[in-house]
Amino acid sequence: MQTVTLIPGDGIGPEISAAVVKIFDAAKAPVQWEERNVTAIKGPGGKWMIPADAKESMDRSKIGLKGPLKTPIAAGHPSMNLLLRKTFDLYANVRPCVSIEGYRTPYTDVDLVTIRENTEGEYSGIEHVIVDGVVQSIKLITEDASRRIAEYAFEYARNNQRSSVTAVHKANIMRMSDGLFLRKCREVAENFKDVKFTEMYLDTVCLNMVQDPTQFDVLVMPNLYGDILSDLCAGLIGGLGVTPSGNIGANGVAIFESVHGTAPDIAGLDLANPTALLLSGVMMLRHMGLHQYAAKIQTACFDTIKEKKVLTKDLGGNSKCSEFTTEICRRVQDLD
Amino acid sequence: VSASLCGSEAPPARADSTFKVTMIPGDGVGPELMTAVKDVFKAGDIPVEFDEFYISEVQNRASDERLEKLLDSMKSNRVAIKGKIHSPMENKGELESFEMKLRRTLDLFANVVRVSSLPGYSTRHNNLDLVIIREQTEGEYSSLEHESVPGVIECLKIITREKSRRIAKFAFDYATKTGRSKVTAVHKANIMKLGDGLFLQSCAEVAELYPKIKHENIIIDNCCMQLVQNPYQFDVLVMPNLYGNIIDNLAAGLVGGAGVVPGESYSAEYAVFETGARHPFAQAVGRNIANPTAMLLSAANMLRHLNLEYHSQMVSEAVKKVIKQGKVRTGDLGGYSTCDEFTRAVIANLPVIAL
Repeated sequence: MQTVTLIPGDGIGPEISAAVVKIFDAAKAPVQWEERNVTAIKGPGGKWMIPADAKESMDRSKIGLKGPLKTPIAAGHPSMNLLLRKTFDLYANVRPCVSIEGYRTPYTDVDLVTIRENTEGEYSGIEHVIVDGVVQSIKLITEDASRRIAEYAFEYARNNQRSSVTAVHKANIMRMSDGLFLRKCREVAENFKDVKFTEMYLDTVCLNMVQDPTQFDVLVMPNLYGDILSDLCAGLIGGLGVTPSGNIGANGVAIFESVHGTAPDIAGLDLANPTALLLSGVMMLRHMGLHQYAAKIQTACFDTIKEKKVLTKDLGGNSKCSEFTTEICRRVQDLD
Repeated sequence: VSASLCGSEAPPARADSTFKVTMIPGDGVGPELMTAVKDVFKAGDIPVEFDEFYISEVQNRASDERLEKLLDSMKSNRVAIKGKIHSPMENKGELESFEMKLRRTLDLFANVVRVSSLPGYSTRHNNLDLVIIREQTEGEYSSLEHESVPGVIECLKIITREKSRRIAKFAFDYATKTGRSKVTAVHKANIMKLGDGLFLQSCAEVAELYPKIKHENIIIDNCCMQLVQNPYQFDVLVMPNLYGNIIDNLAAGLVGGAGVVPGESYSAEYAVFETGARHPFAQAVGRNIANPTAMLLSAANMLRHLNLEYHSQMVSEAVKKVIKQGKVRTGDLGGYSTCDEFTRAVIANLPVIAL
């Protein structure tokens, strides 16, 4: 039995988390859930932080599954996702994008992974008004962060039997910053000769991605490019409602999450689609080494979608979230 | 006179003088594409003369003297047709690429890429008609980088109200002139609150002067996702430099790739015609496989800009006819023809002018 910190989140968060717990139960996955809430509280010294019990639980369990968190505008505190990222030094954002059979998009056979450096780059939040009407935003690239993300990407490729890693950059324009990122990737590639290493300009990747996404495997890149490309790839397979995501932290902490919003308009109405959170849960099981359970749940989920009989509204059907969940549970039990 | 392809008037009387246009073939397949343009112009008896400049940063042909001569030519001709001048990655001490320098010296602040589906060539998203307007003199390409502490590089992104307003005004003017209904600003102001926030605010301020045109905004990552799922929701998009680079390429990919989308860059005084997605495509050099469609369509746009409307339609109709017939297509569109064969086919489809 392994403990996992569950953060249901806001809006549709609680209902989809309940759905995932139910499905994991049906699959008899050896997971013990510890539910915690994450809000921004002001600690001693005026610094914003997450509640102590949430932090303690995560530090102990090292694995988390999280639903969507809302960030009210002008709340005075940074976004919850940013707080989590800083608290656990979640440096790598991993998004596997796999075409879902049965949920057709114009793009078929997509099977790639975007690995995004999540701590620096264009999102350092350092901006200044130089004079009125002139703003400077600083993009920070460091040797350490670049090396760390490159190492993670290659290790991920090795551990998941992926054949190549492509570094995505714009080093012809941002010669020093992206140049440094690229250099680190090249250096790390030397230690992973079993994985093919290529480099490609960001614009070339975008151009080729929408024409033939099958040519890509694992992509590693700095923050902004990662943000854009991971969403682009999510669009290829059907959007944020079906895309899983994982965040890897520096001291062994890993938090898996759905990346869609809180959908306040359908919250509490049993209409939400738990697929994204469920697939993130599957990613989590794989990370924990529980591959059998991961495969079982994923198959049940994909089969349900393929059958097209019980689908939530966003997938083109008109079933409720609970009906969709029950159907997946039934299939999971049948697979035993 | 053969069946008039443009439908309207008969060919004008032979022009008394020719237009002089600066030509910069650039790197990679640029020279091959320019040859296609020259061949088609010659066959169509188009009154344009080219002033050729061979400039290249990677081949060390980008000195200040060459730039001076180029600028002189631009000052007198005002119009240019250009291939991609490749920006090498090696940091030889210059942080600013030659292409950026050229853009800034000529103040070519607006890059316009019209992404339209080609009749007869199907992609996953057909019947697209988007316009992407990109500010291309500031933003992330300011070439201001330094190593503040060993192992830590700072790269500055500069956004100014003046340039943001300028590109927004350009976008709304363009939309008004071409009868477009909506201008969407693309940004990441939720993260870069001051920088992109300023851009967004400038767009909103300019939008108030154009009450007939709808104004919206969208975050860049959502924009990319929407473009691959439902690109029809967009009309004209306006954005800062880097996002423009990304969206230009993404949108070009949606209708067939870098070989089919034309683009142009404008300053208050100059107009430069080029491809929409700018790549040297070095791996195709010498293999005669590049697709000259984008450059030919851009050359047709250039002719329209020079008020040679008849000749402009002549060229663009011929290119579109060849694509639609589908018999002669280069590799990027799934065919087996060479660049030369495609050019010959276009020439064969030019109307024969009875003199």
